[in-house]
This record gives sequence, C-alpha cells and structure tokens, in this order.
Amino acid sequence: MAEQAVAHHQPAQGFIRKYVFSTDHKVIGVQYYMLALFAVAVGMGLSVLMRIRLAWPEAKWPLMQEWFPTAFAGGPMTPEFYLSMMTMHGTIMIFFVLTTAPLSGFGNYFLPIQIGARDMAFPILNMLSFWVTFVALLVMIAALFATGGAPISGWTAYAPLSAMGEVAGPGLGQGQTLWIISIAIFCVASLLTSLNFLTTTLNLRARGMSLMRMPLTVWAWFTTAMVALLAFPVLLAGGILLLLDRVGGTSFFIPGGLVVSDQLLPHSGGSPLLWQHLFWFFGHPEVYIAIIPAMGITSHILCTFARKPIFAYKAMVAAIFAIGFISFIVWGHHMFMSGMSPFSSMMFSITTLAVGVPSAIKTFNWLATLWGGRIRFTTSMLFALGFVSLFVSGGVTGMLLAQPAVDRWLHDTYFVVAHFHIIMGVAAVFAIFAGTYYWFPKMFGRMMDERQGKIHFWLTLVGVYAIFMPMHYLGAAGTPRRYAQLTEFRFLEGMQPLQVFISLAAFVTITAQVIFIFNLFWSMRRGKKAVENPWESTSLEWTVPSPPPHDNFGAAEPVVAYGPYEYSVPDAEKDYILQTEPAREVRTTT
Amino acid sequence: MAAMLALFFWMMAAVTVVLFLGRVWWLPELASVHGAEIDRQFVLTLAISGLVFLLAQLGLGYLIWRYRARGEGRAVYWHESPKLEFTWTLATAVLFIGVGVQGNRVWANLVSADQGQGAVTIEVTAQQFAWNVRYPGKDGKFGRTDPSRINDSLANYLGVDPNDPAGQDDIVTQNLVAVPVNQPVQLILRTKDVTHSFYVPHLRVKQDAVPGMAIRNHFTATKEGEYEIACAELCGMQHYMMRGRLLVMPRQEFDKWLAQRAAPE
Repeated sequence: MAEQAVAHHQPAQGFIRKYVFSTDHKVIGVQYYMLALFAVAVGMGLSVLMRIRLAWPEAKWPLMQEWFPTAFAGGPMTPEFYLSMMTMHGTIMIFFVLTTAPLSGFGNYFLPIQIGARDMAFPILNMLSFWVTFVALLVMIAALFATGGAPISGWTAYAPLSAMGEVAGPGLGQGQTLWIISIAIFCVASLLTSLNFLTTTLNLRARGMSLMRMPLTVWAWFTTAMVALLAFPVLLAGGILLLLDRVGGTSFFIPGGLVVSDQLLPHSGGSPLLWQHLFWFFGHPEVYIAIIPAMGITSHILCTFARKPIFAYKAMVAAIFAIGFISFIVWGHHMFMSGMSPFSSMMFSITTLAVGVPSAIKTFNWLATLWGGRIRFTTSMLFALGFVSLFVSGGVTGMLLAQPAVDRWLHDTYFVVAHFHIIMGVAAVFAIFAGTYYWFPKMFGRMMDERQGKIHFWLTLVGVYAIFMPMHYLGAAGTPRRYAQLTEFRFLEGMQPLQVFISLAAFVTITAQVIFIFNLFWSMRRGKKAVENPWESTSLEWTVPSPPPHDNFGAAEPVVAYGPYEYSVPDAEKDYILQTEPAREVRTTT
Repeated sequence: MAAMLALFFWMMAAVTVVLFLGRVWWLPELASVHGAEIDRQFVLTLAISGLVFLLAQLGLGYLIWRYRARGEGRAVYWHESPKLEFTWTLATAVLFIGVGVQGNRVWANLVSADQGQGAVTIEVTAQQFAWNVRYPGKDGKFGRTDPSRINDSLANYLGVDPNDPAGQDDIVTQNLVAVPVNQPVQLILRTKDVTHSFYVPHLRVKQDAVPGMAIRNHFTATKEGEYEIACAELCGMQHYMMRGRLLVMPRQEFDKWLAQRAAPE
C-alpha cells in the first residue's frame, strides 16, 4: 500500500508528461495561471478597441481599416464590431481570467501544500480539468474569428437575441454557437475542479491540520468550490437548452409569434425570462467565485505583512460561508426591470442587502487586523491594501443597486459598469497581483523585482480609480451601457469628455501592465534567488524549498501544531510561528 | 510609502465625494410625479453609501500610516473582541436592512400606485430598432393584431388586422409618443422580436419589453416639452440609436394631436 503511494508520486519523466500533460498540481496551477495571463492580455486588447470607439466614435482609422476591412468598413469601427468586442471582453475576463486565476491557478498550486498534502485527491482529473478549460478557451477564441463575426449579445447572452440566429444580427450565427459550446465545456471543467478541491480539502489534510487551523485561503477555495459545484451545472443546463433552441428547433426561450426582419419565427411557447433566471442563478454566484478566493488571499497577505494574527478568524470563516450561501438567493436583483413580479423584487432586494453584512464584517476585520500592526510595505502588501480600498469602493454602490426603486434609474447604466468592474474585476485582479508578488518566490524559486513592482502598483492603483470612478458620474447622469457610441442622445450632451478621459486612463493603465509582464518573466530567470521563507510567513508552503519538490514534503510528513496566523506571539522566539513548528509552551489562542 | 498610500486613499475619497456633492455630472431634470420619490431615495442612499465610503477610506489610510513598521518591537497580539464584533455586525445589519425596508417602501408605492380612472392607455411595441406606438382611439379598445400580418415594407409594423372593427379607429405612430401633462398614462409594453427596454430618462421610466409578455407601467408627466426615449436593454447592432421622442403637451393640444392622426371615418 505504502509502496504504491510512493510509486504514484514518482516525478513524471519526459517533457510531455512533466510539463504538458502533467498530473502535478503545481504544474497545473502554473498552467492555469499562464492560461489566465494569455486570456487577460486578449481581454485587455479587446477593451482597448472598445475604449477607442467610445471616446472617438466617428474617427477613421486607415491602418485598422487595412487590417480589419469588415470591422472598420467605411472608416470608423462598426457598431456590431464594438458589440462583439464587448461580448468577448466580458466573457473572456469573467470565465477565463477571474474564475481561472484565483481559484484554479493559485488554488491548485497552494491548496494542497497549505493543508500538507502531496497532491490533489484526483491528479488525473486535475490534468483533465485544465485541458478541458484549454479546449474551452480555444473554442472561445475561435468565436472571435467565426463567419459573421463574434457574438454581439453580451456575456449574459440574453435570449431570444442569442437564440434566434443570424436573422437577429451579425455575429449571432456561428459566433454565438461557438460561444455557447465554449461556455458549456468550461462548465464541465469547473465541475471537475471543484470536485477535486472539495475532496482534497476534506480528505488530505496533514496530521494536526484541523479545519479551524486551515489558512483563510483554503477556506476561501473550499467555499468557492462548493459555490462553483452548485452554480455551474445550472449554466450548463441553460447553455444546452439555448443550443437546442438554436440548432434543434426547440423553443425553451423563444415565445410564439416573434417577427424579425419581417420573418415570422416558427418557435412557440418559450420564455425569455427562463433564460435570465437560469443564467443569473449561475451568474450571481459567479461573482463570488471570482471574489471569495480574492478575499482569502487578501486576508492571508494582510496578516503576513502586518505581522498580526487575522482579526476574528472564526467570524472570517463564517462570513465566507454566509457570502457563499447568500450568493444563491440574490440573483433576481439583476432582473428588477425584467418584467419579473415586483414582489419577487422585494425579496431579492432584502437578501441582496443582507449580503452586505458578512461583507462589512470582513472589511472591519481587515481593518482591525491592521490595527496595532507593524506593516511592511512590500508590493504584495500594497496590492492587498489596494484590494481592501477597492472592495469598499465597489461594495458601497451595491447598496444603491440592491433597491429596485433606485435601480429603475441605475439599471443598465454605467453606474452598474463601475460597480461590477471595481468589485469583481479590479478588486479580484488586485488580489491576483498580490498573490503573484507573494507566491512568486515559492513558485519559481526567485524573487520578483520590488522596485518595478512598486511602479506597477502605483500606476495600476491610480489608473483603475481614474478609469472606474468617473463611470459612476456617467451612470448617475443616466448613460446607458452597451451603447456603441453615446453621441446620439441630447440628454447625454456634455458627458463625452468623461468618455475620453476614461479611455486615456485605460490606455495608460493597460500600458503599465507591460512592467508587470516584464518583471514576471525576467524574474523567472534573473531574479534574486529566493530562500525558503522570504516573507517570514507561517503557512505550510513556506516550510518547503522554493520551488517545492515534486511531492512537496519529501519523506517528511508535516505535522501541524499551530493555527495559520501566529504572528507576534508575545512569548515566542521570533515574531512568527510556522504552523509545523513543534508544539511548545507558547501562549497562543488557537 | 505609507504616507503616500494613505494620502492617495484620502484624496481619492475626497475628490469622489466632492464631485458628487458639486453635482458636476448629475441626473437630467425631473419631469414626472413618481420620479421625485426615486430621486429622493437615490440621493438618500448615495449619501449613506458615500459616508460609509469616505469613513472607510479615511480609516484605511489612517491605519496604514499609523501602523507602518518603524523602530523596534512587535505588533500587538490582538485578534478578537466579541463586543466589538457584535457591535459592528448589529450596526451594519440595522443599516442594511433599514435601507432595504425604506427602499422597498418606495418600490411598493411605485408599483401599486392607483391609476385612477381616465388614464391614457398607450401600447408601445418595440422592434429592432424602433418604437411602434398605438392609441386605442375613441372606442378605448385596441384592434386585433396577428404576427403573420406584420409587414414592415407595407408599414403594417404591428400586424393590424383590418377586419377587426375595434382597430378601425386605432392610431399608430413610430418613434413618437404624445401624452397629456399632469395626467396618468398607462403603458403596455410589448416587443416583436428581442428584449428591449423602454427608457425615458427625464421621466425616470425604465421597463423591459419582453417577447411574449405585455408589461404594464405607468407615469404622470409634470412638465411640457419634448423628451428622448432610449433603449436600455441590448437588442442588437443599432441598440445605441434606437431613439424615440416623447411629447408632453396640454390636454387640449393632446386631443387635437390625436384627432389629426385619427383615420377619417
């Protein structure tokens, strides 16, 4: 039995088994991270195109016209091209970046090490989930180049626009079909990943690693896996039904008697609201799939660099659980104006505001963690502090959007765009950056350059606030989202300079990411050698070499004697106690 | 670094709040009865969330500056305070639920407001990328429509059945709605193709038009003038230019306007 286990953990031989079809959770974690990095580059590129059109809708781009004759037919970018960029930007960012990097990337790499396991519970399943995600990304990229263009129905793919096919507009033929197939494949991959995370957390913890000694990162990944396991099947089912409406002649989402371009559609009996319910039943938890791991990472890093135990560990765990649970009963707040019963809106309004309570608890606890600390301003810490600031900025506007009466004014305006970009987009990306600067030494055995890191941080922090804060003003003035240009309406006169400002801020911020990319790849080869525990952290990944060997802990079985955040314990020798240090007479409270 | 970061959070919060307070960019002028309540609730919630935002950013900046690592010594080993936790949990719960209850009261008023007798009924049927508007005429009844009769090139955008007597006096316009000032208007929202959303910024009206549904909405315009209608739900490539006009006029003028458009008997 024991021999078998050892044999199983022999490092794979050969390049292909070692780096391509690897079953090592660390390699898979890096693969996910790199996939997300590629996806975020594409997603940002698309947003550059969007911002060009929004700031200068009439401008002609001769060079672009030469490269993309259809997209720039006649000189300016066509509105349908804008809409397909918008759809693909949202889809790629949400699925292939925000779901992939914080959960599957960092989670794969560090969840097993942090609980003292040698690998995930199902290594082959783990490999499969990465490659299934990879196929999903390929299909999504193919949608960009589909005949008739990429889909234009937004990342929410509201039926019946998304269900009717080409007759409803360009990009709604082949492009939309590929989009749905890609999302369905992605759902399958996410299910495999979440099963693996749940089993690993429950079954493979080292001796002494009780549930209440798990780092908050592990709690976050564990909870997120539960949320994903329950949310993605609903999207998968919805996606299949939508696909059938398109190619199988069914009418799940298309009611009878619809006429598009004078053509009477043969469908009957479907309901567009059914799609919205299915989509948002997944879609709202999805927001938390992106942000819960980010919360875990932030908690972990704040403790490390404030040199303090996390404030109210138990409340933090409870809050993560509460957020995960409530995320399933708020979806209707996306549908206040959809024609859904106004009584349902009342219920969803209250549950939505209720999610503010655990979110506020987390914020208070982060602030209390800083209180009395000795903060070390590493780049990682700066990004974690940036996360807290962004989490507040993006969170408070939820109070407005949660009310159907106020939503009657703000629904589908730039106010919503500002809200979700700050809270789920940029905040989560800040946590990804914080995690990258923090874990890079462990993952690649070298340090990232701190000076470049700090320049990157400042440009990004100022940049994202410059981009997304003005969108609140646009929204308050009623600017509708998903418009290819905003110059057709008199009531929006005077708002265009803000659009130009936002675009310029976006170009600067996106350019600044070159510093990060350079730092990342340069440091992999040339960075200063990293020691085992450069940040003087406490969790298990800092007890093994950088980078960790194939089976993480070698011959030794880690035994855990302490809680995850024993910083600055008064009687202790150093200002941190590793979780695996032999138990001694030290007065800790966990 | 600590001072710089603290300063940034303070400045960012201050600038954001000042620009809101100065109403540099603000809602278009209000022109409906129910809109006053929406605007009041918007401003109230904006003030509460703005205050929370400001305090949190100031606090975060302060902690960053105050507890930067300097000198010798260790951080404080302090990680729980049941009293404190209980207090802020209770405080936020009261705040959020309070806001929710107040918000729902406004919402209940909006959706249950009494239409009263004599509301002007208007049917708006959206299509890619136009608004088809229909008034029931003298008999107060809309004529029968049939999707198979829809023919845009013959300008039968709604598929009106010419054999139905109730439809004889119906008045149909495109991208143009007229309503009397200070009188309740009942809207019936439909769509021929995909989901649209009937959005009149000055009236604080926004309601999706969903295929297969007839959704009611009502408002009372308070200021004469011409207002814009926009689409607020992504409906296809020309979503951004699905523009209509809404005219608010005195009752007599409105009656005249209708009479001019009524089909000659």
